[in-house]
Amino acid sequence: MEKTLTIRDLSVSFQATGGTVRAVRGVDLDLYQGETLAIVGESGSGKSVTVKAIMGIVSSNQTIDSGSICYRFQQDGEWTETELLNLSRNEMRQKINGTHIAMVFQDPMTSLDPTMSIGMQLMEGMMHHLHYSKAQARERALELLNMVGITDAEKRMKNYPHQLSGGMRQRVVIAIALSCRPDILICDEPTTALDVTIQAKILELIQEIQKKTGISVIYITHDLGVVAKVADYVAVMYAGRIVEKGTVEDIFYDPRHPYTWGLLSSMPDISTDAPDRLYTIPGSPPNMVDLPAGDPFAPRNPFALEADFKAEPPTFQISPTHYAATWLLDDRAPQVEMPESLRSRIQAMTEGGGVCV
Amino acid sequence: MSEHLLEVRDLKQYFRVSKKYTVKAVDGVSFHIDAGETYGLVGESGSGKSTIGRSIIRLYTPTSGTVTFEGVEISGALGAKETKHLRTRMQMIFQDPMACLNPRKKVGDIIAQGLDIHHLYRDREERQEKVYRIMEKMGLDREHAGRYPHQFSGGQRQRIGIARALVMEPKLVIADEPISALDVSIQAQVVNLMKDLQGELGAAYLFIAHDLSMVKYISDRIGVLHLGHLVETGTTRDIFERPIHPYTKSLLSAIPHADPRVEKQRVAIGYDYKTSGIDYTLGTYHSLSETHTVLCTDEEFAKWTRV
Ligand SMILES: Nc1ncnc2c1ncn2[C@@H]1O[C@H](COP(=O)(O)OP(=O)(O)OP(=O)(O)O)[C@@H](O)[C@H]1O
Ligand SMILES: Nc1ncnc2c1ncn2[C@@H]1O[C@H](COP(=O)(O)OP(=O)(O)OP(=O)(O)O)[C@@H](O)[C@H]1O
Ligand SMILES: [Mg+2]
Ligand SMILES: [Mg+2]
Repeated sequence: MEKTLTIRDLSVSFQATGGTVRAVRGVDLDLYQGETLAIVGESGSGKSVTVKAIMGIVSSNQTIDSGSICYRFQQDGEWTETELLNLSRNEMRQKINGTHIAMVFQDPMTSLDPTMSIGMQLMEGMMHHLHYSKAQARERALELLNMVGITDAEKRMKNYPHQLSGGMRQRVVIAIALSCRPDILICDEPTTALDVTIQAKILELIQEIQKKTGISVIYITHDLGVVAKVADYVAVMYAGRIVEKGTVEDIFYDPRHPYTWGLLSSMPDISTDAPDRLYTIPGSPPNMVDLPAGDPFAPRNPFALEADFKAEPPTFQISPTHYAATWLLDDRAPQVEMPESLRSRIQAMTEGGGVCV
Repeated sequence: MSEHLLEVRDLKQYFRVSKKYTVKAVDGVSFHIDAGETYGLVGESGSGKSTIGRSIIRLYTPTSGTVTFEGVEISGALGAKETKHLRTRMQMIFQDPMACLNPRKKVGDIIAQGLDIHHLYRDREERQEKVYRIMEKMGLDREHAGRYPHQFSGGQRQRIGIARALVMEPKLVIADEPISALDVSIQAQVVNLMKDLQGELGAAYLFIAHDLSMVKYISDRIGVLHLGHLVETGTTRDIFERPIHPYTKSLLSAIPHADPRVEKQRVAIGYDYKTSGIDYTLGTYHSLSETHTVLCTDEEFAKWTRV
């Protein structure tokens, strides 16, 4: 498989009133052609900042402290390489954004122009980047709206964003991202405002496009059901670092990092009767300005070792595909097992062969 | 006279988008909510869930139908008395906490806003007391009262939004996707808190959400909405264990499971209204039991309930 995106040692920080926010700290990540990568993790852990760096979206108080993002793509049958962090904002906009790498942003309302009809917003990119005529763009816009399940597309083209429901707006944004046929599609929480049937439809639509054209997709989502459905590979972030990454099976059936354990445990289990209380990870997220010494997750980690409060753990390799950054994987660490309730849930999954509604 | 906390009868909410195009966002919906219970509203995107919430709390004026809240009709012209009743006894929590928290106001004042407008305290001291008490219940520190919204994480902001609603000690809270924007572990935190506070304050919730596993967890009863029609309603058990309407079945079958081997192979039951042969406007509410009702014609009822 061809690698299309290679991120190495990416670190990003912000100057804020309270000090320097170290939002992303040394992220390594690979994306292969045709593959689906999911990034999960706590709110504020740096997921959006990471993918925005790929898109060259940098705010004024932000600096890229280190790292490289290498993008490889085929042009006239030849593989070409570009270091995205070396491109100017203008070059990014002209050469990469939309046509090569497209992104669906977390808040659909902020990426739609409230003063322009949604039809016009859809057609604009195609007329500019693909040099479509107005009629061609219109035709494809209708086709795209139908594809994302907007009925009465003809009439909806004239609607302004506030006249659509939350989920409809989100689908319009997805249609815009798909309109210029990118090689890499980045979706930041693309389906949070959608009901499960339309969510499934959108995810399947993207999978279908992926099968046909071999595009690579990065999803950021907190819905672990979505991850299970679409992801080949999963990266789990906490406090600006990737604390665990592996194939979707590694992460769901053999999680190694205590944060991943907490995350998987927090999900209500739809197949059983509702418990009295949902599991939550104790404590609150770390202050990214004043990160404590050691592992930032240690204060919330019931399995923390002494070492966790002293030094941040390195990333240990568990298998050719599976990595985790926790001292529990060090040779000197005591044997620690995941919580019993999670273990039995995983066992039920792997043995049960999956019963579902 | 209804004995229910909230009684919605044949509610219609139309939007005229242009001369030729009117959206029937809500098209004849009836349901009720009892004191202290949680009614989950689920359904397709664009089916009218937010609109129902907004019509009830009168961000819109209903096209037709009646809404009765604690015996007071709140769907017609509102006098001063009805307005005060509505604004103090019913509150709304919005999906995006940031969008509805004034960035230039301190959190303590944001939480006290409703109290201030309706003068619901004797003196500064009682006001302060009420604010601190609700903050404490929401797991926020007193010292947070002096901070501004942007200084909080997403989960904390959502708790501020909830505190602002609950400080009024409302009898009904309309929560429109209160947890959608939060990550799983914070979702669980917020839902646990909402449940705890319900026990303490006896508030009822109209809980709008897409995540059916959360809806199942928090709701006593559930209503399923499709294209502006309430196609099925019942207890959480009725809906999850004995769904009747094809749309409900399709919706339940689409819930993703956090199990990659199952999920990668699972095929959801499809449902296409246009080709289904079903016409919602011909249906009437048929009861399967005291709690379980489905919108359909007599023939459909016979067909769907045949074992
Ligand atoms: N412009 C900015 N100025 C200062 N801090 C910022 C800025 N943008 C982001 N941050 C901070 O960077 C960190 C990472 O933010 P990011 O948006 O990547 O989180 P996330 O993982 O996407 O979270 P969520 O799941 O809530 O979307 C957070 O602590 C956030 O407060
Ligand atoms: N102010 C408005 N003007 C015109 N049409 C509107 C307005 N508000 C809502 N609508 C329309 O009403 C219908 C129902 O919208 P509503 O927001 O209630 O859906 P919803 O069930 O909350 O969907 P979602 O799950 O996507 O949030 C949609 O077709 C929408 O376009
Ligand atoms: Mg984000
Ligand atoms: Mg809505």
